Amino acid sequence: MQTQEIQKISSQVRRDILRMVHGCQSGHPGGSLGCTDLLVDLFFSTMNLKTDAAGKVVFDMDGTNEDLFFLSNGHISPLIYSVLARRGYFPTAELATFRKIDTRLQGHPTPHEHLEGIRIASGSLGQGLSVAIGAAQAKKLNGDKSTVYCLMGDGEQNEGQVWEAAMYAPHHKVDNLIAFIDENGQQIDGPTEKVMSNRDLEAKYKAFGWNVMRMDGNNAEDIKNTLNKAKAELGKGSPIMIIMKTEMGAGVDFMMYSHKWHGVAPNDQQLQDALAQLEETLGDY
Amino acid sequence: MALFTYETKKDTRSGFGAGMEYLSQHNPKVVALCADLIGSLKLEGFIKNSPERFFQTGIAEANMIGISAGLTLGGFIPYATTFANFGTGRVYDQIRQSVAYSGKNVKICCSHAGLTLGEDGATHQILEDIGLMKMLPGMVVINPCDYNQTKAATIAIADYEGPVYLRFGRPVVPVFTPEDQKFEIGKALNLVEGTDVTILATGHLVWEAIQAAEALLEKGIKAEVINIHTIKPLDVQAILASVKKTGCVVTAEEHQYNGGLGDSVAQYLAMNHPTPMEFVGVNDSFGESGKPAELMEKYGLNAEAIVAKAIRVMARK
Repeated sequence: MQTQEIQKISSQVRRDILRMVHGCQSGHPGGSLGCTDLLVDLFFSTMNLKTDAAGKVVFDMDGTNEDLFFLSNGHISPLIYSVLARRGYFPTAELATFRKIDTRLQGHPTPHEHLEGIRIASGSLGQGLSVAIGAAQAKKLNGDKSTVYCLMGDGEQNEGQVWEAAMYAPHHKVDNLIAFIDENGQQIDGPTEKVMSNRDLEAKYKAFGWNVMRMDGNNAEDIKNTLNKAKAELGKGSPIMIIMKTEMGAGVDFMMYSHKWHGVAPNDQQLQDALAQLEETLGDY
Repeated sequence: MALFTYETKKDTRSGFGAGMEYLSQHNPKVVALCADLIGSLKLEGFIKNSPERFFQTGIAEANMIGISAGLTLGGFIPYATTFANFGTGRVYDQIRQSVAYSGKNVKICCSHAGLTLGEDGATHQILEDIGLMKMLPGMVVINPCDYNQTKAATIAIADYEGPVYLRFGRPVVPVFTPEDQKFEIGKALNLVEGTDVTILATGHLVWEAIQAAEALLEKGIKAEVINIHTIKPLDVQAILASVKKTGCVVTAEEHQYNGGLGDSVAQYLAMNHPTPMEFVGVNDSFGESGKPAELMEKYGLNAEAIVAKAIRVMARK
């Protein structure tokens, strides 16, 4: 898929995120907007997903012989919900139920409500990479050649379990795994550098035995090129980590360059101001 | 008169190891993980037969639980193994989020539960694990009583779809249940018929309950002994039928009163059939170093303690 088309979808996904968070006056727009370009590329272009004869995506929990994606920083749930709905896993109309009573679109993603596309509960941070590694090892045992993807936050790197997983994957040569860190430099209590510095993530993961790459997570062209480069490194004995620089709130000028919009919903006026910056390309839900 | 006899004493963890060895040959979907305690968990047989289905995680239990959850995708049945303290309390949130709430078919199998690991002391003697695990919606909690039953339970849980906590231990205890038994999750086993008092026991305390029933019989008291190997789901029909007959009940377990078998039984009976009840267990304290038998005596977890509680509860009828 051409990057221009991906950007069109991303614009709509960003509108969905803002409208969902506004609709329930709750949720996390900042990180969701920041990671939009990556998830749209993965689900609409890079990942090989199971489809029926008509080309419509079909979901089964095991996900054998298809690529899998695990969202570890589950608070950016509006993004994964919008991307899954726009990709055809469930009706876009359901996005209106986000975080409301009786919804399948819980505050943080969960398979508990049987939402198509979600395979693990996340949001209690630090657990997704371990799950992704297990899924990647299951694929190896099954002789399944597809790839497992996993996204984490940079604040999430504070969690000890992340480093248990970081140590395990190279040791066990889990080389069918591409993980990402959303390096937006922000966490709830302020800039990551102030709250708990990650120092040099690239050097850390390299020292643990990962094949580390960097990319601009808000540049569709760079995402495409880096993913192609990463895919060429699969099966060579090492897991791959892509450290992805993003801006929280990317696409909405007044939400960028601050951690203020980590977990705050826009009011009516702010929503209008934000939507005015994003073209409605696929029709609002 | 001996109500039950035995020829050998074995540790329940070796029953687990034997069950795993069986599964290595009979169920290609079973995979095993261990956090640097292969010898303690008796996994050598499984690993010898199926090295490609074994995953060493190192001393990293949180990661082990997450990897187990991931391995279920693709149809595998992961058995995550370590000591009970590190396999439950240390990783409660990982089990809660990645296994129980996510509905993953992971078997958490833990040795060295309770006081009877002995000399290592309270840092390793978890007495809260049944409570932690049974509170999780959908989690099955099993505490078998001897080598044969642990082996049978290990094999049986592979055929059950859903998260299970299987708890066993380190000391050698009499092997008195049949070698060829079929293990049925949630099905209590009546071991001794009686009419005066019901003794509901789990794990290592089942043998002690049988010894208690013998001692009570010498005093002319007919105790009914039921092996509650599955704490959740609890076999409430078997419990109700017995207490309706005897009118009083003692529970016995190597666990805190809080959160254990006793409070599951008390909760059920309070709502459905209020009955005088006494508890044999640890009452809101940590354990300590010592020989297993010394600890069980000091903390009141043996046949003698069960006899005393049985006599006390009968007086309350």
